[in-house]
Amino acid sequence: MALLQIAEPGMSAEPHKHRLAVGIDLGTTNSLVATVRNGIAVCLADETGRSMLPSVVRYRADGSIDVGHKAVAAQATDAKNTIVSVKRFMGRGLKDVAHVETMPYDFEDSTGMVRLRTVQGVKSPVEISAEILRTLRRRAEASLAGELVGAVITVPAYFDDAQRQATKDAATLAGLPVLRLLNEPTAAAVAYGLDNAAEGVYAVYDLGGGTFDLSILKLSRGVFEVLSTNGDAALGGDDFDHRLFCWILDKADIAPPSMEDARRLQMKAREAKELLSSCEEAPVHVALRSGEEVNLVVTRDEFADMTRHLVQKTLGPVRKALRDAGLAPDEVKGVVMVGGATRMPHIQRAVAEYFGQEPLTNLDPDKVVALGAAMQANVLAGNRKDEDDWLLLDVIPLSLGLETMGGLTEKVIPRNSTLPIARAQEFTTFKDGQTAMAFHVVQGERELVSDCRSLARFELRGIPPMVAGAARIRVSFQVDADGLLSVSAREMSSGVEASVLVKPSYGLTDDEIAGMLKSGVEHAGDDMLARALREQQVEAERVIEATEHAIEQDGALLSADERAAIEKSITNLRALCAGQDHRAIKSGIDALSRATDDFAARRMDSSIRNALAGHKVDEFET
Amino acid sequence: MSVTLSESAAKHVSNFIAKRGRGVGIRLGVKTSGCSGMAYKLEFVDETQGEDVVFESHGVKVIVDPKSLPYLEGTELDFVREGLNEGFKFNNPNVKDQCGCGESFNV
Repeated sequence: MALLQIAEPGMSAEPHKHRLAVGIDLGTTNSLVATVRNGIAVCLADETGRSMLPSVVRYRADGSIDVGHKAVAAQATDAKNTIVSVKRFMGRGLKDVAHVETMPYDFEDSTGMVRLRTVQGVKSPVEISAEILRTLRRRAEASLAGELVGAVITVPAYFDDAQRQATKDAATLAGLPVLRLLNEPTAAAVAYGLDNAAEGVYAVYDLGGGTFDLSILKLSRGVFEVLSTNGDAALGGDDFDHRLFCWILDKADIAPPSMEDARRLQMKAREAKELLSSCEEAPVHVALRSGEEVNLVVTRDEFADMTRHLVQKTLGPVRKALRDAGLAPDEVKGVVMVGGATRMPHIQRAVAEYFGQEPLTNLDPDKVVALGAAMQANVLAGNRKDEDDWLLLDVIPLSLGLETMGGLTEKVIPRNSTLPIARAQEFTTFKDGQTAMAFHVVQGERELVSDCRSLARFELRGIPPMVAGAARIRVSFQVDADGLLSVSAREMSSGVEASVLVKPSYGLTDDEIAGMLKSGVEHAGDDMLARALREQQVEAERVIEATEHAIEQDGALLSADERAAIEKSITNLRALCAGQDHRAIKSGIDALSRATDDFAARRMDSSIRNALAGHKVDEFET
Repeated sequence: MSVTLSESAAKHVSNFIAKRGRGVGIRLGVKTSGCSGMAYKLEFVDETQGEDVVFESHGVKVIVDPKSLPYLEGTELDFVREGLNEGFKFNNPNVKDQCGCGESFNV
């Protein structure tokens, strides 16, 4: 018989329609999977009760694959086929990866992402990460007794598009539908419920095993925006272990230890460090292979003293991140601690001192990111009522804009803007006496409308007749938290308005989005030329039209020769417009405008004469 | 007759309510749906409705709406672990048969 979980009031699922969703913290050193059960976010453990899965994958010669603790054990003996910290390679080329020469892997530099040669063939970081995700997926499906509708996977705030896409691809490969990628600091803040709290700026201090990240987040109307990030990719809890290990060697007065003894001492150092987070002192008793014995006691104060410089080192990135965000420490409303190393009391003390307030530490710092992701997944899977008022955290994948004269796009909302967002821009009329305007809403990174995706069209009618360029039409783009776009246009003097509603990401697959982004980059050069050409063509059309209009009205001011010369320039410019050379069109426009200089002056004189005729001078106020 | 919780179920329910931060008890109910006629409802309760029947079991309020009560008379809610999975189980003496998965049943 199936086991039931307690649902929120009124949210009991239909039989066979449980919407199981998980949050995954795909970490550099360890990964976790969490879900919301009985209304509470919990991390899911494996058969032996361990919830952390070391992010280590081993490809064995017999074709099997080990993931996690089993793979860790083989790290020393089969280093080439045992991949640790694959996250560093996600979406990176060989040249982007630091310290390649010190790594035991057999790299292959292929276009785009680096690959690793293993006993089971060449593997991409995406495939290796997929093994970790697959293991977590199986664990979740066994724990929840059902298939997952999807997962929220966390990524560092500084991950770029390629790294995010690689993470998504890994999930797809592992058979996990991605509900959303969530920034790790945002997930930690969500776990603490800060998204329901008052608006303000929060700092997330994430000291993991081998990396340190500091993010400054700004919360406004339920949406977190990353203001700045900083960190140190080579500073983590392991450095504290190492410092204590060196201290033990120093104090114990023993011969330089063998590899095995050193490993044993290192483990002891780590245990002692962890013990010091809850006790005032920790014993270090080790019987070495060499026959020597280490018998020491380390106190909390001694440990704090010997690692003071490491703690100080984390404050550098903190200062830089605050400076980048233009903030002082006392403007930060709360500090969230993430990563096992933040359990150390002297780190908490240093952070409290710097920010002038106690950091948030009551959730398990190892699990807080996964728990936040699980809470977000629970919302996205539809297991909570709307009235709980959770705003979704998302960004616009492709720029949104309008078609302007000549089939060019004018971007109004740039890609990667966080939702919800509103932007307005003013446009004007193209022709004298124009009373209507057609709007074409498009999405994409390309310069020409024909290369972008058409989203909607609408018209604004009833613009009071004015000369070209005098009307002010304000077009507002608004994307709400669900990604729903509404575009409205308003003529500012008369107040006439028109609007349209669209769902911008509707029907676009990730592949299509990626393809559109790629083509935007690949065709940047072509696009620039195309834009220049269209701009000149539009300008030429406008000048020709204005000239012909003028000849029609005031042709009498021209002699036959002058008229013929202007008409010749017009014909000439028309011919140039059909060509592809924007510079030639520009010179044609200049030629026409020179040919009409006199004519324009005469028209001006005549219109002033007409305007003044029959009036006395004192009728005009000066 | 009444509706009760096993000791382990009661312990878990009060734990969940405490962690959730609000809630006066737990609602057991049935609704007509599912492949075999009826399906169980198991929800937190933020406030009881006027016609609700309230039982108390191991210090936890068990709330049942009067329409569901005939189907649930004598039921004991248990908390069990099956492999990696854990959750609540209805031990309902009224059930005649249930679908293969046990998510819905008939009386």
